[in-house]
Amino acid sequence: MAEQPEAPQKREPPPIAGDVATAIRGQQPTVHVPHPEMHALLAPGHDFATVTEKISSLVLQRGTPLWWFVGFAVSFALMNVLLVSLAYLVLKGVGIWGINEPIGWGFAIINFVWWIGIGHAGTLISAILLLLKQEWRTSINRFAEAMTLFAVACAGVYPALHTGRPWLDYWMIPYPNTMGLWPNFRSPLIWDVFAVSTYATVSALFWFVGLIPDFATLRDRTTNRWAAHIYGMLAMGWRGSARHWHNYDTAYLLLAGLATPLVISVHTVVSFDFAVGIVPGWHATIFPPYFVAGAIYAGFAMVLTLAIPLRKLYGLEDFITMRHLENMGKVMLATGLIVAYGYMMEAFGGFYSGNLYEAFAIHNRQFGPYSHYYWALILCNIVAPQFIWIKNVRTSVIGLFIVAMFVNVGMWLERFVIVVTSLHRDYLPSSWGMYHPTFWDWSTYVGTLGLFFTLFFLFIRFMPVISIFEMRTIVPGAEVREESA
Amino acid sequence: MSDAREVPAVRVDLSGVRRRLDGTQGRTYWKSLEELARTPEFLEFLHREFPQQASEFDDPQGRREFLTVMGASLALAGLVGCTKQPEEKIVPYVQPPEQVVPGKPLFFATAMLDQGYAKGILVESHLGRPTKIEGNPDHPASLGATDAAGQAWVLGLYDPDRSQTLSYRGEIRAWSDFLAAMRNAMAVQRPRQGVGLRILTETVTSPSLAAQLQELLADMPAAKWHQWEPAGGGASAMAQAVGGPRSVQYRFDQADVILSLDADFVMDGPASLRYVREYTARRKRPAEAPMNRLYVVETTPSPTGAIADHRLPLRPSEMEGFARAVSSAMGGGAAGAGGAAGAGGSAAWAAAVAKDLQAHAGRSLVLAGDYQPAAVHALAHEMNQRLGNVGQTVVYGAPVEARPVDPMASLAELTADMKAGRVEVLLVLGSNPAYSAPVDLGFAEAMDKVKLRVHLGLYEDETAALCHWHIPQAHALESWGDARAFDGTATIMQPLIAPLYESARSAHEVLAAFSSRPDRKGHDVVKDFWRTQLGGDFEQAWRRALHDGVVTGWTGPVGAGGAATASTATTSPTAATAAPPASAGAGLEIAFRPDPTIHDGRYANLGWLQELPKPITKLTWDNAAMIAPATAARLGVNNNDVVELKYRGRTVRAPVWTLPGQAEDTVTVHLGYGRTRAGRVGNGAGFDANLIRTSDAPWAGRGLEVARTGEKKTLACTQDHWSIDQNAEARHVIRPTTVDDYAKEPERIKELTEVPPRDETLYSNYKYPGHAWGMSIDLNSCVGCGACVVACVAENNIPVVGREQVARGREMHWLRVDRYFSGQPERAETITAHFQPLPCQQCENAPCEQVCPVAATTHSDEGLNDQVYNRCIGTRYCQNNCPYKVRRFNFFLYQDWTTATLKLQRNPDVTVRSRGVMEKCTYCVQRIEQARITAHNESREIRDGEIQTACQSACPGEAIVFGDVNDPNSRVSRLKSQHRDYSLLGEINTRPRTTYLAEVKNPNPEIPAAPGPEGSEHHG
Repeated sequence: MAEQPEAPQKREPPPIAGDVATAIRGQQPTVHVPHPEMHALLAPGHDFATVTEKISSLVLQRGTPLWWFVGFAVSFALMNVLLVSLAYLVLKGVGIWGINEPIGWGFAIINFVWWIGIGHAGTLISAILLLLKQEWRTSINRFAEAMTLFAVACAGVYPALHTGRPWLDYWMIPYPNTMGLWPNFRSPLIWDVFAVSTYATVSALFWFVGLIPDFATLRDRTTNRWAAHIYGMLAMGWRGSARHWHNYDTAYLLLAGLATPLVISVHTVVSFDFAVGIVPGWHATIFPPYFVAGAIYAGFAMVLTLAIPLRKLYGLEDFITMRHLENMGKVMLATGLIVAYGYMMEAFGGFYSGNLYEAFAIHNRQFGPYSHYYWALILCNIVAPQFIWIKNVRTSVIGLFIVAMFVNVGMWLERFVIVVTSLHRDYLPSSWGMYHPTFWDWSTYVGTLGLFFTLFFLFIRFMPVISIFEMRTIVPGAEVREESA
Repeated sequence: MSDAREVPAVRVDLSGVRRRLDGTQGRTYWKSLEELARTPEFLEFLHREFPQQASEFDDPQGRREFLTVMGASLALAGLVGCTKQPEEKIVPYVQPPEQVVPGKPLFFATAMLDQGYAKGILVESHLGRPTKIEGNPDHPASLGATDAAGQAWVLGLYDPDRSQTLSYRGEIRAWSDFLAAMRNAMAVQRPRQGVGLRILTETVTSPSLAAQLQELLADMPAAKWHQWEPAGGGASAMAQAVGGPRSVQYRFDQADVILSLDADFVMDGPASLRYVREYTARRKRPAEAPMNRLYVVETTPSPTGAIADHRLPLRPSEMEGFARAVSSAMGGGAAGAGGAAGAGGSAAWAAAVAKDLQAHAGRSLVLAGDYQPAAVHALAHEMNQRLGNVGQTVVYGAPVEARPVDPMASLAELTADMKAGRVEVLLVLGSNPAYSAPVDLGFAEAMDKVKLRVHLGLYEDETAALCHWHIPQAHALESWGDARAFDGTATIMQPLIAPLYESARSAHEVLAAFSSRPDRKGHDVVKDFWRTQLGGDFEQAWRRALHDGVVTGWTGPVGAGGAATASTATTSPTAATAAPPASAGAGLEIAFRPDPTIHDGRYANLGWLQELPKPITKLTWDNAAMIAPATAARLGVNNNDVVELKYRGRTVRAPVWTLPGQAEDTVTVHLGYGRTRAGRVGNGAGFDANLIRTSDAPWAGRGLEVARTGEKKTLACTQDHWSIDQNAEARHVIRPTTVDDYAKEPERIKELTEVPPRDETLYSNYKYPGHAWGMSIDLNSCVGCGACVVACVAENNIPVVGREQVARGREMHWLRVDRYFSGQPERAETITAHFQPLPCQQCENAPCEQVCPVAATTHSDEGLNDQVYNRCIGTRYCQNNCPYKVRRFNFFLYQDWTTATLKLQRNPDVTVRSRGVMEKCTYCVQRIEQARITAHNESREIRDGEIQTACQSACPGEAIVFGDVNDPNSRVSRLKSQHRDYSLLGEINTRPRTTYLAEVKNPNPEIPAAPGPEGSEHHG
């Protein structure tokens, strides 16, 4: 599995625009010497050609591995579950879900926030780590960005269709209309519309721009006429000239600059959905930072969840090395600690405010009918990541994977706890209730997982999962150094 | 067309025929004599036969005429069609009927029936459609208020499950067939004096119906008239106590101290609305006017117990002993044994009550409940006599019922006759004994022995299924009738609409079928009767009676035999001297009560009432075996556990509902459920308690066994489990206090929470220059009956969502009545229930408004929190952010958009909401706008009190008052100026326009206060 049986080494690779450019940029080979304690970002023995060869062959190889078909089939089936669920939803109304009088938001908003949170890692890795010149981001940014896009797509399903009359959702968009009405700009949901749609747009742009040189590579390397045409169109005439590269780098940096505040803003705005409300358990100033940290936390957990099987199945251990995994683990640990601090402050705030309702909301979370969700959340989100302190866990693929799975579940539980336990017992005890998700709640959730993985499987089959041109920049000898006398 | 082919009938000239035959040879075949005669007519006929009108076609003049005629007849043929089309007028009124203005409702006075007694109503009619019931302020049993059943009366009219066709053994028949069948049956009966004829009615107070029955019985003296009322019998128990049938009126306005012996006078009985009004009037100004004091002894918590100052839960078997103890403490010789008062505390309780009653002799009142045995009634009567209350707070009068009987005895006699085969023709008018009869009578089986069974009813119910003939009953809103109120006041009931179903008949019309004039209309029967009753200018008096809804100056049937004149009963109560009952032994006791919403089952198919939460349990769509928490724990059962109730050898399966305040070792079950032929709404809801109810002990008995089955049935309850209610106290949701505490610290109620000052804001407050609508709800006057909820449903087109949706927490009521318990659940005597009606609070700082993304909920310049259905996209954010949780969401398409009859009921001034939109209380904005238009047209300001919200106008206790808070002299402003006025959740600065007047109890200091609201309030 690791080595492709019919890798196109036999064929003399044609002159490649990208390769030439990289070659020009890396005229002077220098040896990249990692810190002796550190794992390498790229396994030794790779040069420009092998990197290009390896990554592009994943797309251009003729036979599709069996595991891909199995995975895709399962995901596609689940995606159809989503389609059925949504069709039934539009047909019957949101009453098919378990929401009720005190709990007006259930799985839809829980899953929306969960997916949006997952979508944070991609942009963070691509934009912020790029600006911070963290080289280790290079091998994971591509599929992390893809993951972001797909997660945002999944997230977008929920707010669009959880409304009572989804066919009128466009009223949330400010546009001149005969009714003479604007949306209510005081409502956090309107801010959400802007924040999420901007984020989706910028993420898509960023991802696509990043793909352009690689599309060019694929265009040049493929032997299939149709593929050459499609990749050619997607490459938008990329020839890899120095001017191209110059403009490209500027654009990419600009986009990174644009995307960076979005990483902060999207989840801040999402947290406003809750924090602006007066529901005890929602109405807290700590929400924006702790939501952002939680989002990065969840995002890295998902990147790990995807990267670990992917590198194994595609034999990408050379590119996604233990160093990458370890770094991601560290980010998880850091953000996990911020999240833990958030939980602590939330509880402390409830107690310290002297506000009866806040205090009750916290108490109810911890000891009310949904307390098992709360303590499961603490276990998943606070206890589990502490194992990352241990080097052996941090550098073990299995260990990281297990922790990441815990965090995935934990972050879902966090949203459940925030949405449901706050709403189900708020001010007047007469109106308290319980939330029982229905079959359709679960099928919609599982369905979005199907949508996500369907898109992801298509992505890993038809697009380079690792940025070829950026990988080439970390090949030993890629760095241009001025010749010292 | 066929006419043309018929041979014209002319005289045949036989001589001409003979002549022609003579002149022929061989055989000649002829078709007719006419042909033979060759008359000119026949030739003409032949000529015209084939082809038709041929000659005219040759003639240009005739052809034109032919075409003209044919064209017209074709057009006419199209108009006539095959069947008779309904008459449709396609031109607007040239001269509109007087007063009918589209968009302007008219109100007509009539009455609804509560166990045969009249409660006056005004019916709102939109272009001939009755849509809403209001109380009739001129009627003594209404005083402008209605109860929940009264509000649902109009839904009964439009119920699509009503029976629609007259049938014989399930086959549709004509009224004339029925008349013929009855004529034959009576032909057999009449010569035998009607010995085989039995008529079964419900309680009859209708003078005209009674006159018809008397006439029938005079015609056939051997026939018998029986009456059956499943929840009746209280009057006969009282009759035994006072020595003959009497009507009784209590004067709560005159009573300072009241003792209720299991009398749920605020919910039950034909005078309940008036009693609530009189009782609560004495509790409206606790700071200024002295309050009355109410002691309630009861088995199951009732609204009466909730509003009481002291409440004592007792088992049914202990009730008489307690009454005896109170009586003997007052020096009554009746009991002797004071020890019969039962367990520990109640003896001291009884003594304190007795002392208090004696201190207010002549201004006190002792009531015995309808479901108490005659002995308790006798004791109550005896105490009232001793206290000098008779004539003061208790007034006896001539009986109102046309023929007062004990319904249980009456039905038992009928059943015995049926079993013995003495009944040949049974006429059941309105009653449903096949369902509601106690099981031991075996009524349904006895039906088989009757040769001819006729049923008149609104539904094809359980009894209809056993009858040969079923006649759909015309609803009281579509037929003529009359009825009397608890005090004897008569009301002529007028129809608001022609019967929806052609074959529907009223009881009057069915009875007329047995008279010499079988086709008399109900109108004629009623009017002719009143012609004999009203003197002077009859037409004027008739019109006046119809207009007012009461017949003034009429006290009783003229010329009817045996009409007792009003007299004060002086007979010594016999039962009171009887031996005291054996003290309560071990084992569970069972108590049967009519359901607080659907009564004895007659309203089982009315979704509004099924979905109205029961006042205390807040259950909907079901009855349950109600057990005290301690007893339930001992039995090892919990809420929703299905148990088998075994009583006197019969069993029924029932879900358990633990109810704080229920007397221990008792199980209370409500009648009215478990219907099998109620209709689509009522079928299958709950269990049938009649299956273990026996005629000798219809209301209570000992020897119940409860067995667990291991099954579960989730009951649809609108309020979470009761054990949470300590939170309500900490949150000062309700702020009960006592008269003394209130006098000492009147400001304390407001100060329980800290409301932010109005000016503590960065932005300037909106000024509300015009009107500023507000509402005041007096928790001291609310009895929790739920009439306001159903009134809101009727007024605002609120859908019924059904049991399953209620169980999911999706009921749609804009206005709900929250119930909180205080006290210790394990100790029933400490429990008090409190009510809090909760409509939208119309916050000035409305949290819902800010979060709506499309501005579908906005603030009006008069302070209303408006909801724009058309704009709502259904994000439910407003609902989440509403701290009062008064917003309701259409999770599905809850409204019935298809059933034709239900469309007629809808209020045309209120939008019928669709799926996916949020809705909420609007302060009846349509009524505000109506008043605004009226005032504008009359060039004046809106008067205070001119706008009454639907909930306000229904409320018997006048607990809800709406008005302009900008006007310092308005009624609502004056109420809000009381110290006990407080804003619910005012501390979160929502500035609600609806505020509450705290509940003020008037406890007897000699009875130690239960550690309930008073005790716990101080740690808040």
